[in-house]
Amino acid sequence: MTPAEQDEVRHRQRSRALIMAVLLGAFVILVYAISIAKMGMKG
Amino acid sequence: MTSTTFQPQAALTADWRDFLALTKPRVMTLVVFTGLAGLLVAPVKLPAVLGFTAILCIALGAGAAAALNMWWEADIDALMKRTASRPLPAGRMERQTALHFGVGLAFFSVVLMGVATNWFAAAILAVSILFYVFVYTIWLKRRTPQNIVIGGAAGAFPPVIGWAAATGDVATLPMLLFALIFLWTPPHFWALSLFVRSDYAKAGVPMLPVVAGAKATRSQILLYTIPMTAAALAPWALGLAGPLYGVAAALLSALFLLLAIQVLASRAVEPAAMKAEKRLFAFSILYLFAMFGALAADRWIGA
Repeated sequence: MTPAEQDEVRHRQRSRALIMAVLLGAFVILVYAISIAKMGMKG
Repeated sequence: MTSTTFQPQAALTADWRDFLALTKPRVMTLVVFTGLAGLLVAPVKLPAVLGFTAILCIALGAGAAAALNMWWEADIDALMKRTASRPLPAGRMERQTALHFGVGLAFFSVVLMGVATNWFAAAILAVSILFYVFVYTIWLKRRTPQNIVIGGAAGAFPPVIGWAAATGDVATLPMLLFALIFLWTPPHFWALSLFVRSDYAKAGVPMLPVVAGAKATRSQILLYTIPMTAAALAPWALGLAGPLYGVAAALLSALFLLLAIQVLASRAVEPAAMKAEKRLFAFSILYLFAMFGALAADRWIGA
């Protein structure tokens, strides 16, 4: 792999990691909101 | 070359945009819209966050099915102009990555649907994904010109899933919406396959124009449009939808029929000359959006 290709791979890994972090954060918020909504339905 | 042996050139780490492309986002918009309509016309109202989650799960399930479809069809996608630039045939992603992504997303969407709404809706979502992957993609697509007739059922599930997410049940109206999309799929896909026939022939996919010719395909398009019109009008005729939907369904279906008749009358051979076929294909997408939009608007006004 050439240095340019290595840089490209690292760049893609970084952007994928960032998006994964954002999605995980959104998932945590969603699960919290789902829990509150379901508790509200039972109440 | 078979789907199990196809392997493009060694891929660099795939870009996140390639994962997004695997989910066929443009197809997803129609799936989301019909699923949302099913949810909105249901007699039970879900809290907004649960409704949002149900639609998210339908979208993710459709994305998973699309990714698994691309995993299996990488070899034929490489042969068709329309699909050659997809992540797998273009060599931007390993096949196994697409498989893992598709399976993971499918499990995630089904489990989240079960947890957020109910397990009946989750089960229908699971069936729709499995139907698309195993029945349509793996079993029928390469074997029979009836591939999209039977396989089209997979795309007809979203309004049923949306309804089931809200009610935990299935009733006549979502079944009629299922029938509408099921009967809409053949004219929609056959109009497309008429002007991309050479692509399908090159890839060895037995689409109807490849196997039976353009004339038979044009007749079949009209033949399916007639019961599709009946399914479109049925919710209004049975008193399950109001006059706004009835008028919209009558006008839109009449236009669909008119365009299908123009396709029947067309004698074009070259794709560039197939104006009637392209017009019907473009209108068919608008038709489904407008029909489900009219149904949701009708329910909203009547509420």
